Amino acid sequence: MTAALRRIWGLMYRHLALYRRSWPRLLELAYWPTLTICIWGFTARFFAQRLSTGGGIAIGMVMGGVLLWEVALRSQMGVAISFLEEIWSRNLGQVFVSPLRPWELVAALIAMSFIRMVAGLLPAILVAWLLYAYNLFALGPVLLLFALNLMAMGWWISLGVVSLILRHGAGAEALAWSVLFGITPFAAVYYPVAILPAGLRPVALALPAAHVFEGMRAVLQGGAMPWGELGWASGLNLAWLVAAAFLFARQFRAARIRGALMTIGE
Amino acid sequence: MDAITVEALTKRYGATLAVDDIGFSVAPGHTVGLLGGNGAGKTTTIAMLLGLLIPTAGRITVLGHDMAADRFAALARMNFSSPYVALPHRLSVEENLRVYCHLYNVRHSSQRIAELAAQLNLGELLKRPAGELSAGQKTRVALAKALINKPDVLLLDEPTASLDPDTGDMVRTWLERYRAESGCAILLASHNMAEVERLCGHVLMMKQGRIVDRGSPDDLLERYGRDTLEAVFLDIARGTGEAA
Repeated sequence: MTAALRRIWGLMYRHLALYRRSWPRLLELAYWPTLTICIWGFTARFFAQRLSTGGGIAIGMVMGGVLLWEVALRSQMGVAISFLEEIWSRNLGQVFVSPLRPWELVAALIAMSFIRMVAGLLPAILVAWLLYAYNLFALGPVLLLFALNLMAMGWWISLGVVSLILRHGAGAEALAWSVLFGITPFAAVYYPVAILPAGLRPVALALPAAHVFEGMRAVLQGGAMPWGELGWASGLNLAWLVAAAFLFARQFRAARIRGALMTIGE
Repeated sequence: MDAITVEALTKRYGATLAVDDIGFSVAPGHTVGLLGGNGAGKTTTIAMLLGLLIPTAGRITVLGHDMAADRFAALARMNFSSPYVALPHRLSVEENLRVYCHLYNVRHSSQRIAELAAQLNLGELLKRPAGELSAGQKTRVALAKALINKPDVLLLDEPTASLDPDTGDMVRTWLERYRAESGCAILLASHNMAEVERLCGHVLMMKQGRIVDRGSPDDLLERYGRDTLEAVFLDIARGTGEAA
C-alpha cells in the first residue's frame, strides 16, 4: 500500500472503528432512509389507487425519486458528518500536523461517505422491495450512472459545507444536515422541472440532480437512454466540483492563516 | 545542520502581534526550552513550526525542509504532544495509536504499539476508550502518539502536565533516553521550571511575542543572580529583574 493510501485508510479506520463498537450509530445510518421510504411508499400507493391509469409508473417515479435522492443526501451528510466528528473530538489539530494531505482527507471523507451511504440505503431498498414490490435495480445499468452523478453532487455540496465550517467554525454545522433539504424543491425529485415557475427553472437546471431525475422519469416511461440529461448532469457536476475544490483549498489556507485549525469547534 | 531553524518569524492577527520577529535554532540531540507566561507566543510559535498556522513573515526550516514549500516531508519525521489537543474519545487507546501508525506510515504497527505500551506503562490502558482515561493517563497516551513514528523532531507542549511526580520523572527520564539514542531535537514549552532545568540545554524566554532573553539555564541563573529558573522567569515576566 502506498503511503498516501495508508494515510487515507488510517482516517477511514478511525471512523470505521467507531461503528464497530456502536450499534446505535449503525442503526442511525439506516433509520432515516428506511423511515422515509415507508412514509413515501404508503403515500404513493394511496395516490396510485386513485389513478385510473399509470398508477404503477407513478409509484415508480416517487419510489425511485425517494431512493435516489437518499443517495445524494447520504453522500453529502457522510462527508460533512465525518469531518464534524474530527471537530467534535478536537482531533483536527492532531490530524493536520500529521503528513496527511488535504486531498487525502477529502478522499477519506468521500470513501467513508460511500460506505455510510451504502449501509444506510440497502435496508431502505430492501424495505421498498418487500413492502411495495418496488425494485430499484429494475431501472437497469443506467441506475449506476444516476447514482454516480447524485453521489458526486452530494460530495461537492459537502465540500462547500466543510469550507463554510472552516470559515465560520462549528456554528455552520447545522448546514451539514439542512443544506440538501433546502435544495430539494429545485432538484425536481418528485416532479418535472416544467412544474416549477419559469423564474425558478434555471436554478433547477443548474443542479445535476434535476437532470438525473428528468432522466429517471424518461426511463420509467419507457423512453430511450437519457444521454443528454446524463451529459448535462456529469458536466454540471464537474464544474461544481472544480468550484467546490477551489473554495475548499481557499478556505483551508485561510484557516491556516487565522489559526482556525487549532481553535475550530471551541 | 540544525534540525529546526527559525528566522525573523512573525505572526500578526490584525492589530495584534502574537509573535514578533523571533529567531532560534535547535540542533539534533538537543532540547531547547520555550518559556513565557500565558499569551507570550509559545503556542503560536509551535503551531507555525507544525504548519498549522501560516506565518505573516519569516522562514522556518525543519530537517532541511522549508515549511512554507515542503511541509509534508518534514511532518512525516516530526511529531507533537499537547494536553490541549485531544484524541477521539470513543476509540480505544490501541485504536487511536493504530490510526496514527497509518497516518505516519509506521510499519509493523502492532509491534510499535506494544513497544510504546511497555515503555510508557500503557499496557493496561490499550483496550480502554481514550475518553475514560484520567488526565495523567491521557498525557501518557498523547506522548505515545507523539513518539509513534520515532520522530527526529519533537515539539512538546507541557508534556508532563497532570502527571504525578513519579510518572513525570519516569517520562522525563524516558525523553532523555530517547533523545540520547535517537538524536531527536526537542522543542519543549513548559511551565515546570525544574523540568526545563533538567531537560533543556538552552532556554528561550518569551514575552509579548518576543524572545527577551536566551541562554543555558546556568547562564540565566548567573546573569539574573537567582537560584532557580522560576525566579528568573518571574523577574522577566514581571519586569522586576535585569540581567547582568
